[in-house]
Amino acid sequence: MIERLVVQASSFAGDIDGLIILVAVLVGFWFLIAEGALLALVFAFRAKPGQKAEYLTGKEEHVKRWISFPHGLVLICDVFIIVASVQVWYNVKQRLPEADYVIRVIGQQWAWTFQHPGADGVLDTTDDIRTVDDLHVEVDRTYHFQLESRDVLHSFSVPVFRLKQDAVPGRRITGWFRPTRIGRHDVQCAEICGFGHGVMAARIAIEDASEHAAWIAANTPAQAP
Amino acid sequence: MAEAIAHAKHAEAHGHHGPSGILKYVWSTDHKIIAMQYMFTGMLMAVIGGLMAYVFRMQLAFPGISVPGFGVVSPGEYNSLVTNHGSIMIFWVAMPVLIAAFGNFLIPLMIGADDMVFPRINRLSFQVFFVSAVLILASLFVEGGGFGGAWTAYPPLSANAEYNLTALGSTLWLVAVALEFVAFLLGGINFIVTLMNSRAPGMKAYDIPIVCWFIVIAAILFMLSVGPLIAGAVMLLFDQTLGTGFYDPTRGGDPVLWQHLFWFFGHPEVYVVMLPAFGIVVEIIATFARKKLFGYKLVLYTAVITGVLSFFVWAHHQFVAGIDPRMANIFTVTTLMISVPVAELCFVIIATLYGGSITLSTPMLWALAFMAEFLIGGVTGIFLGASGADIYFHDTYFVLAHFHYTFFPIAIIGTFAGITYWFPKMFGKMMNETLGKIHFWGTVIPFNVIFIPLFVLGAAGQHRRIYNYQHFPDLAGPEFQRLRIIATVALLVMLVFQLVFFANFFLSLRRKEKAPRNPWRANTLEWTTESPPPHGNWPPDEMPEVYRGPYEYSFPGRDDDYWPQNEPA
Repeated sequence: MIERLVVQASSFAGDIDGLIILVAVLVGFWFLIAEGALLALVFAFRAKPGQKAEYLTGKEEHVKRWISFPHGLVLICDVFIIVASVQVWYNVKQRLPEADYVIRVIGQQWAWTFQHPGADGVLDTTDDIRTVDDLHVEVDRTYHFQLESRDVLHSFSVPVFRLKQDAVPGRRITGWFRPTRIGRHDVQCAEICGFGHGVMAARIAIEDASEHAAWIAANTPAQAP
Repeated sequence: MAEAIAHAKHAEAHGHHGPSGILKYVWSTDHKIIAMQYMFTGMLMAVIGGLMAYVFRMQLAFPGISVPGFGVVSPGEYNSLVTNHGSIMIFWVAMPVLIAAFGNFLIPLMIGADDMVFPRINRLSFQVFFVSAVLILASLFVEGGGFGGAWTAYPPLSANAEYNLTALGSTLWLVAVALEFVAFLLGGINFIVTLMNSRAPGMKAYDIPIVCWFIVIAAILFMLSVGPLIAGAVMLLFDQTLGTGFYDPTRGGDPVLWQHLFWFFGHPEVYVVMLPAFGIVVEIIATFARKKLFGYKLVLYTAVITGVLSFFVWAHHQFVAGIDPRMANIFTVTTLMISVPVAELCFVIIATLYGGSITLSTPMLWALAFMAEFLIGGVTGIFLGASGADIYFHDTYFVLAHFHYTFFPIAIIGTFAGITYWFPKMFGKMMNETLGKIHFWGTVIPFNVIFIPLFVLGAAGQHRRIYNYQHFPDLAGPEFQRLRIIATVALLVMLVFQLVFFANFFLSLRRKEKAPRNPWRANTLEWTTESPPPHGNWPPDEMPEVYRGPYEYSFPGRDDDYWPQNEPA
């Protein structure tokens, strides 16, 4: 459903889309039943001359069933959604798989700064590559991101990853992703952050190993040994 | 003794020495006039909020154009417009109209009282509210412009002028919101006490019309939830003006604290405005289906359970806000559980139609449309309550479309249902049914054409509060821009059709023939007095007594298909 509008480019994008489809099927069922019942009842019981409405209190067993049965079924549907949702949530947000690389993402009014680990693959060394509004990652590698903010709240949102996390000043929030598909896509700020919120647009480049290595070689700061 | 006090109170409340002429509409303590003050102020604010939507939707559909009547929209103005559109529509439209106007008008009339218990607190409530409305409008015109940090006002953006660049605008916004809360606390106390103490002789708890119960439950929810937010707002005001650091991490504060305080109020607030609208719909559906409400106690208890649960779901607004990820699991469970009583409430109202004799008058069309549209808002909420799916949908247009499918039925459809239903009682004239139906279809169809495309845009990853999507290559495509234009054009159509409503409203007021006491042949007490009711609602010796519940329609063995609550057996 969602992948027809936005490609899936992370290891968990498929899980999130699957959860959305599960919810869509379950609530879609209820939606059709409720709207159908509403329309059908309005049509079936429209006023006809000389015909009086029935007197029902809602206590009659044969009509009460029509409420208590759906009531139980809604509860069961909820349990299915909760279980599926918690599974996806655990996978994306709660667990932190072993990382191949760590990057740092810093939000500020109104740009993203990305700190890449550079050729040695270790963050906070002299060959780190800092870019503005331009994130480069290698496909099929697991990344940890360390999300920070210098001023107000921002939200690091990569729709092709189905990933979103607010950046909170004073905190370093760690999360993860694993790109699975090569391409260039939008990175958004999804939390209003002032006048320039509407132009806080970055791009992510997901590259294969050789392309990524070439980008690192071309952008490694000159003072690095 | 007690009788003498009651008599003195009565004479005082009915102030025969009060102001006369036009001033009597300004300084009145009559609940009906205060209701009209709230209603007309709310309607004026709704027009302002609607025109704000016109300006920013034009900017979204045709980025950079000079919007007719406004001019080119700068990013700062755009942020201020969306912020104040949201604030105004919730705090200065939904609340004053649904709770204050209908609550004030209906509660004394429907429970057979001559006025509110505290008429002068009631008047004070409106006066404070009026000041708050003037303040929020004034905040748009001060130096630096209106506040643009979203109606949720998350710090540090809202707390620091160096970040939001609207030093005066954000402080005025905050003071206006706080004053509005004061107004509704004053009004809410009145509703609760009046319902508890002033019911007509014979009216037991389960004889009270559902709409009165729902407005009072809403007032209780508001009173219980607003305290933490007022504390939070004072801290935010101190951060803004005195330089304290409650929300500043560099000085030991925490910006996420505000989010907890805000949403602890903010989510019950959804039910605060939802319940009165549901109450209005219940009254109308029972009347025009000529049916006893399907399960009175069930309806009442589901509302109470919804209200209680609504205090345990707030952090579903904060799944990705930097809270402990384990917390999300708890709030997913509570959020999905709240779907059970709300679904039950919808089922019961739909079931009330079964076996009915349904007339599709204008109020009934609005009431049925409320159910049909609110269901869309309800089911799309499940996507957002499920934490895993919310990672993607959070702060996208999917959220925006979802809550407009709840708030529009509540604040707009519910209000029109109530106005068209009680208009004869409020003003003593009938409204024009043909114009009413033109207005109905001209509102409901464009409403869907506005927001269904926004669901699609949200699913495509379009996030909120962006003044120009051409800055985002993945969202700039013509297929998405077309959807934005469709939504904007539909909004223009909907706004134009509102002129039909105002025409109908004012033409009906000028009609010659008076409305009968009970044009809809309804059971509740407000229909037993004149249209419009006199000062004191009933002549003192004709105060109603109550013999049965409010929904005894089509009782077997009676010739009439209704049985007024005050008619002796």
